[in-house]
Amino acid sequence: MASSDSGNHAPGAPRRAAAGPLWLRYAAPVAFAPLARRMTPWFFAAAAVLAVAGLYIGFFVAPTDAQQGEVYRVIFIHVPAAWMSMFIYLVMAFWAAVGLAFNTRLSAMMASALAPTGAMFTFLALWTGALWGKPTWGTWWVWDARLTSELILLFLYVGFIALQAAIDDPRRADRAGAVLAIVGVVNVPIIYFSVRWWNTLHQGASVSLTAAPKMAATMLTGMLVMTLACWMYAIGAALWRVRAIIAEREGDAAVEEQSGTERGGRTT
Amino acid sequence: MTSAASVLLSAARLECRRGRRRLFSEVSFALPAGRALLVSGRNGAGKTTLLRALCGLTRPEVGEVAWRGRAVRDHRDEYHAELVFLGHHSALKDDLTPEENLRCALELGGDDGAAHVAATFERLGLAACARLPVRSLSQGQRRRAALARLWLSRARPLWILDEPFVALDAESTATLAGLLRAHVDGGGALVYTTHQEIDVAPGRTERLALGD
Amino acid sequence: MWRALKGIFARDLALAWRQRADVLSSLVFFVMVVSLFPLGLGPEPATLRAIAPGVLWVAALLSSTLALGRLFAGDHADGTLEQMLLAPQPLAFLVLSKIAAHWVAAGLPLTAMAPLLGLQFDMAPADIAVLTATLALGTPALSLIGAIGAALTVGLRGAAVLVPLLVLPLAIPVLIFGAGAVDAAEAGRGAGAHLSLLGGLLAFALAGAPLACAAALRISLD
Repeated sequence: MASSDSGNHAPGAPRRAAAGPLWLRYAAPVAFAPLARRMTPWFFAAAAVLAVAGLYIGFFVAPTDAQQGEVYRVIFIHVPAAWMSMFIYLVMAFWAAVGLAFNTRLSAMMASALAPTGAMFTFLALWTGALWGKPTWGTWWVWDARLTSELILLFLYVGFIALQAAIDDPRRADRAGAVLAIVGVVNVPIIYFSVRWWNTLHQGASVSLTAAPKMAATMLTGMLVMTLACWMYAIGAALWRVRAIIAEREGDAAVEEQSGTERGGRTT
Repeated sequence: MTSAASVLLSAARLECRRGRRRLFSEVSFALPAGRALLVSGRNGAGKTTLLRALCGLTRPEVGEVAWRGRAVRDHRDEYHAELVFLGHHSALKDDLTPEENLRCALELGGDDGAAHVAATFERLGLAACARLPVRSLSQGQRRRAALARLWLSRARPLWILDEPFVALDAESTATLAGLLRAHVDGGGALVYTTHQEIDVAPGRTERLALGD
Repeated sequence: MWRALKGIFARDLALAWRQRADVLSSLVFFVMVVSLFPLGLGPEPATLRAIAPGVLWVAALLSSTLALGRLFAGDHADGTLEQMLLAPQPLAFLVLSKIAAHWVAAGLPLTAMAPLLGLQFDMAPADIAVLTATLALGTPALSLIGAIGAALTVGLRGAAVLVPLLVLPLAIPVLIFGAGAVDAAEAGRGAGAHLSLLGGLLAFALAGAPLACAAALRISLD
């Protein structure tokens, strides 16, 4: 139908999406939705397999740490989660900036879809940090530079999500969120530096969460496998959420219709 | 008469949305100097949105607005130097007097004409309240105070006015219609909406109906 | 353009003067928050001296965040903001002039009030001087950073709660260096490094925040 069709393509080029190269074709949200739906289970499956393998290596294969005993094993979750939390913020700001600069709706949707996953990883990093801190430092929370920066990062994620949730018009929500994400990403190094500075003045050199004296090869393997698992999960979750966002904004009908023709096209 | 050279404001295939609802699409026109464009449509048809899009405040979903043949989006400051827009809001500060408000508006727009402020208020029958805070003015007086800006911005060729005749009495309506006609006669362009069906420049007004 | 900037600055100051109850109430808020700490922690002078920089700075941060609601809300409600967007001058400069006026009405009174509160906390005169200097450098930076949050939330229903949520994390470096400078001065380490970092933050905010604000305002009024 013309009414459900004309809004789905880049402005000024109503038919380009269907005729252009493959990547451009999938830049239209409604065309991307079925692709996202097909890919999501694969990423989740890969995440599950890798997580099982990584946790097995981490909890059964890797040797017990000489100083910290078994507790250290939480780093197999903590370190990948902390990495992901920072990396996802960068990716989110990147997509937001692309959406703002080129007025592409799909990239703005990607940014919104990534935010909850990033916040979840940040929260996980904080939580596992606390779990590790209790037996090691004897306290749930230390105002360590890394933990504090991680906490501020969580605030930044929450601000982004809250701003987008407060705005009814999706176009304004996308673009306002993008400005905030860009301002945030410019500030992250400054915040990190200032927290480091503050920390060294107030506490002197503190115990670092990740400074294991030497890392056994199996530990490194476990950590890398877990990181890959987190990657797969993050991509899967973002795709799943972006499909939900597309369905909400474009109307379920448009998405279903498009995926119907898509499937028909495949089988013939 | 409508040769391409004299076209001031043009729109090409504009489409605007609010949320998921499409307000209008495929709106195109070319407005030459010395003509008026009367935008009509029922409530919610997108008249205000169209006017805001023409000003460059709202970004249209599809299409482009051009001023003297150049895209408005790329020449914002030059375009805005030639435009007066008066919207629903009066842009008057309640705590300032009409006179202070008008001087601020002129300074912001970079217009001269501060010398004529008193004369303009005289003509609009606002001389008595020019030094009272706007909050003590009646609705009609506020409206006239907001419109006073037009008398001092006559050098600007494009006027975009959203419901300029609202809350005006018969006498003020006639005065304003006279000013708008003079603007069009003098080679200016005018885009406006009105519920009162007032044609300020008979024979030189084009009509654009939104939503049907 | 200079005329337009001066016009906005003068108009906003005149408005602030006519609504001076608002200015006064955020100043009173500052004084009250600071005065609550001795009541909560006890009047021990050594304790008070130790917490004074942090308390004064956190209170200044909260009070200036509270004042941000006034920055664009009035102009948005009466349509003045629309006219600013349609002015033939670069929006970033107009916004900068608004922020400057806002600082004079909100940040400057805090800075002027701080020495008195420093005395309440038994701070040494030299430390009070450092405190005032950090606030003089830091509150403009807070106004600039906060303006981004105010611009992003213009016209939203939950703006009052949302602005602190967006702005406070971004203001943390200013807090750290501001309070840190006073701490360092009290400990006899010299506040020079902190003050220059604070100045650097201010310069950075001065260059970046008006642009971000202008972009945010265009988005918010779309």
